[in-house]
Amino acid sequence: MAILVIAEHDNASLKLDTAKVVACGQAIGGDVDLLVAGENCAAAVEAAKQLSGVRTVLVADNAAYANGIAENLGALVVSMASDYQHILASASSLGKDVMPRVAALLDVAQLSEVVEVVSDDTFVRPIYAGSAMATVQSLDAIKVMTVRCSAFDSVANDGGAAVQNIDGVFSSNVEFVSQTLTESERPDLGAASVVVSGGRALGSAENFAILEQLADKLGGALGASRAAVDAGYVPNDLQVGQTGKIVAPDLYIAVGISGAIQHLAGMKDSKVIVAINKDPEAPIFQVADYGLEADLFEAVPKLLELL
Amino acid sequence: MKVLVPVKRVVDANVKVRVNADNTSVDTANLKMAINPFCEIAVEEAVRLKEAGIVTEIVVATIGPKAAQEQLRTAMALGADRGIHVETDEELAPLSIAKLLNAIQGQEQAQIILLGKQSIDGDNNQTGQMLAALAGMPQATFASEVKVEGDTVLVTREIDGGLQTLKMPLPAIITTDLRLNEPRYAKLPNIMKAKRKPLDTVTVDSLGVTLKQHQNVLKVTPPAQREAGVMVASVEELVEKLKNEAKVI
Repeated sequence: MAILVIAEHDNASLKLDTAKVVACGQAIGGDVDLLVAGENCAAAVEAAKQLSGVRTVLVADNAAYANGIAENLGALVVSMASDYQHILASASSLGKDVMPRVAALLDVAQLSEVVEVVSDDTFVRPIYAGSAMATVQSLDAIKVMTVRCSAFDSVANDGGAAVQNIDGVFSSNVEFVSQTLTESERPDLGAASVVVSGGRALGSAENFAILEQLADKLGGALGASRAAVDAGYVPNDLQVGQTGKIVAPDLYIAVGISGAIQHLAGMKDSKVIVAINKDPEAPIFQVADYGLEADLFEAVPKLLELL
Repeated sequence: MKVLVPVKRVVDANVKVRVNADNTSVDTANLKMAINPFCEIAVEEAVRLKEAGIVTEIVVATIGPKAAQEQLRTAMALGADRGIHVETDEELAPLSIAKLLNAIQGQEQAQIILLGKQSIDGDNNQTGQMLAALAGMPQATFASEVKVEGDTVLVTREIDGGLQTLKMPLPAIITTDLRLNEPRYAKLPNIMKAKRKPLDTVTVDSLGVTLKQHQNVLKVTPPAQREAGVMVASVEELVEKLKNEAKVI
């Protein structure tokens, strides 16, 4: 049995998510091949070779794959699909964009955001914003899946996979215009061991500075609720929740966040949850390991002082 | 140009659902139902394109039980011109939904198809992409801005780490993200008028689509419950507990 994993990278480095998807592939069992499609992506290929348990790194280096255009990457994956029983990608914005396209072209269904492997055809995935877990058996010959990376541990970096180039080039009438990435010195939200998140109660973009200080002191990432994002306090890609990032750090500190179902869907698998809120009835206290009923503008500076 | 907007009837986003006693599904009986929030954003975008003079007709479609006609009426009260209801009591997988929508698109020949990025019940985030693949059209998922320029469309997408802008020829599939717009509320006179707008009901068979079963749901269980936490009295106590009890800092 062979498993194809679509690597995620920015050409210069491999995203940590890829090591987690490989771990999911190993849980299914079989030979795991890694597809690195990009442009001038030699550095990412080097990193991919190191991943433990990878049989072959398949490299498609072409301008067509520079920006992760779903039409191009999807067609490439479909052209390789007949050699595999499983095709996996992380449930990132790239994986979510490309994989359903791949599945439909292969006339198979897709399993989204898999969190547990039961057997090679049966998987567990959350539905209704994580309010229920569905155990689903796939009846298709090729299982196309996206993997919720917060549910898997990365494989080690002690591999030595062979490299093989893929010749086919697929392009489309979709044109890449531009990209603006949020610049941050902090660890990636999805990979951070500590996440400090703020909600509407912060009141302004300026007030987020105290959470930034707290995140920096703990070596963590900054997150936010939808309310804080919609109010323009922080960029969209910091949103934690059903429609934003799903995180499961060792420590999640929710500051001024009430804890709506949609937000909890993104963080309730964190190891330790701390909630600071002045409303004792806030639903966030029902999932918090440690709750502090206090005004955040007094509690957070105090916390900074004590750490 | 014509826009097709598929919408879905789902449990209201603010309702906390429970798994039924025999662990076969989520109990949705007697719960408040609504149009999926992302579909509402798609309808709103279509209406704005019409108000901007770019779009001449908005067709909304839904696949589901008879009661799903309520959601078509809601969409028509918001500004859609007519509705298509594919009536079925079966729970269909996104691939089957995409096949039915592709058949509807075959008849309608819309230039833009606007869908929500995901439904909040299945959380699949697949239908738009699958429809794009089946229809052989380009796709722009997770849109936060849509600009139609002649026979092309520029879409800004929310991606991990920031924003990306793509340009593609029409017809195209666009799926909406939360930030695309703020949907309006339906006004009472418009709700009354929507009752008289045309609504066609068709069957799966009449669309000439053969559907397959791709997946079996073996069971549905509640998620693991977290152990009850404690309330601390002060910041000092919080820091002490995080250091010595939880050992996370």
